[in-house]
Amino acid sequence: MALDRWIALIFVTFCCAYGYLAFFTMDQLLPPFMQRNPVWPSTFPKVLSVLGALTGLVVLLGLEKPEAGKGPAATDINLSRLREYKIGQALMLLALMVLYALSLRTAGFLLATTVFLVAGSAILGERKWHIMLPVAMLATGLVWYLVQEVLGIFLRPLPYFMGT
Amino acid sequence: MLEGIMIGLSAAFSLQNLLMVIGGCLIGTFIGMLPGLGPMSIIAIMIPVAISLGDPAAALILLAGVYYGAIFGGSTSSILLNAPGVAGTVATSFDGYPMARKGQAGKALTIAAVASFAGGTVGAVLLMIFAPALSTVALLFHSAEYFALMVVGLSAIAAFAGTGQVAKALMMTLLGLILATVGEGALFNMPRFTLGMMDLQSGISFITLAMAMFALPEALFLVLNPLRGASAEGETNKITNLRFSREEGRAIAPVIARQSVQGFFIGVLPGAGATIASFLGYAVERNIAKGEEQAEFGHGSVKGLAAPETANNAACTGSFVPLLTLGIPGSGTTAILLGALIALNVTPGPRLMTDTPEIFWAVIISMFIGNLVLLVLNLPLIPYIAKILAIPRNYLIPFILFFTLMGAYIGQNNATELLILVGLGVMATIFRFADYPLAPLLIGFILGTMLEDNFARSMQLYRGLDFIIERPMTLGLLVLAALLVLLPSYRARRARKRAQGVADGD
Repeated sequence: MALDRWIALIFVTFCCAYGYLAFFTMDQLLPPFMQRNPVWPSTFPKVLSVLGALTGLVVLLGLEKPEAGKGPAATDINLSRLREYKIGQALMLLALMVLYALSLRTAGFLLATTVFLVAGSAILGERKWHIMLPVAMLATGLVWYLVQEVLGIFLRPLPYFMGT
Repeated sequence: MLEGIMIGLSAAFSLQNLLMVIGGCLIGTFIGMLPGLGPMSIIAIMIPVAISLGDPAAALILLAGVYYGAIFGGSTSSILLNAPGVAGTVATSFDGYPMARKGQAGKALTIAAVASFAGGTVGAVLLMIFAPALSTVALLFHSAEYFALMVVGLSAIAAFAGTGQVAKALMMTLLGLILATVGEGALFNMPRFTLGMMDLQSGISFITLAMAMFALPEALFLVLNPLRGASAEGETNKITNLRFSREEGRAIAPVIARQSVQGFFIGVLPGAGATIASFLGYAVERNIAKGEEQAEFGHGSVKGLAAPETANNAACTGSFVPLLTLGIPGSGTTAILLGALIALNVTPGPRLMTDTPEIFWAVIISMFIGNLVLLVLNLPLIPYIAKILAIPRNYLIPFILFFTLMGAYIGQNNATELLILVGLGVMATIFRFADYPLAPLLIGFILGTMLEDNFARSMQLYRGLDFIIERPMTLGLLVLAALLVLLPSYRARRARKRAQGVADGD
């Protein structure tokens, strides 16, 4: 089964779960005065879950035929060439982003961002540390200044043990 | 209308707003030139900045400037590298790149700039004429019609998604609508589908969703496929002479005149937008051209370059019509703009012109200024800005990822939002792999709340579904929506039947 139909299958399952929540769990909590309204908080989700499951099934069962002989463009992203792609790098960058999200509060903006930028280029294969470090530090400082001073949004600059 | 123009002039010519236009255009051109970053990603990244300005007019002016700049920047990379950063500029590369290969890169850029300028300006004039007229009509609409109109908009977006794609686009729209029901809405004052998680209480932030849908997958694709966005030869063409001759000017003038009008009206239709406008413009001009000129299309024809460039800029302006008059976005980009406006406490719609005319007119006037800035300021700077194309991707990609993260973080000031961003981004990348369109998801998400709101209001007014029958216009619009969705598959089926018939006859 092709990836798009797997996604449709997951989507149909998701709609069923969503529909279950809408049909069977939401209405009990409704206060009596709201039950006299023609629209309940669950009305719209109920409609959506049914429509969603139906369109999902249309994709899943392949009822709508794609235009024949129209392959994806060579430069476009293409699943059949997945093996040629640098999946490792992409996964490592994603992990780095998660790490950044988790450490932003504790390590402070300046440290976390500098490390993120340097590690990001290192993952992509850059090894010129004497350029990477100054560029990352300069950019971090500049962005921090812009966000904190110009836009007035607080970003904790330093690690948590060095004050706010 | 004259009064409005005066209000707009005085608002747009304030120092702050002028800086916004110029800055927006420059930033847009700068980032739009980077292969792989389309206007939607750029606008998504710029939204936190725009929102923190606090002034809705200035914010919208900045974002509109970025939008224009990005499209212009996209044409630049199509011409110089044959690497269109945006779908709307793919048609530009058909003739722009051959011209650059012939050593006429400078001339191609000038023609692109002049065509964009003309398209954008004519578009803005048409917008000035049609938007007020349309919003007078729109004032007669009730919530029932609004509900129906939004359904039409959403189905049109799905219907224009292409052959064999309608069900997928509908699925994405519904997913967007479903995501919009998460959190505590104003309508019922009770949390829905939060699964007991505090972080979902306020719903999913649209900036996070926009970043996750557009900026993150593009960046990941750049990582996955190093060849993506690089030119076939891997070298930048030298930009030398920026001038074009008088004869060439005379040749493209009628093309520009036709395409700016055609492009505008295609842009007004929901779901059509700049991409269809540019391809259609190219096709129409090729069919109109005769003999030798027609043969030149695809090999560096000035007409073939001017047509899509004019059409896509005019269509961009046209796409502001439904946004400003009905409050219904017809494209991913205008959906993002709508989200930004809502975040600034402005509800676009027919009341925008009567309640806050200064916003409406300032935006229109700044469109003129923006087009002028692109022509006068950006064009001479292009040879220098083009140097950005030489930034090594090892530096570029971490920065794109960082700005994506920053955008989501600034909007919410919450580190959990970053995890949601990464999760949704991975999901969006998988969707892209499976050929699912992502713009419908975002449009569905942004319209979701309004759709439910208007639905609930009409249900309450008519104590049930009677509003569909009692208001003929609502019924008509809903029938239109159903037709839009069903027609493409019906026609495809009929075409297939006919093809089978021919095969049997052999």
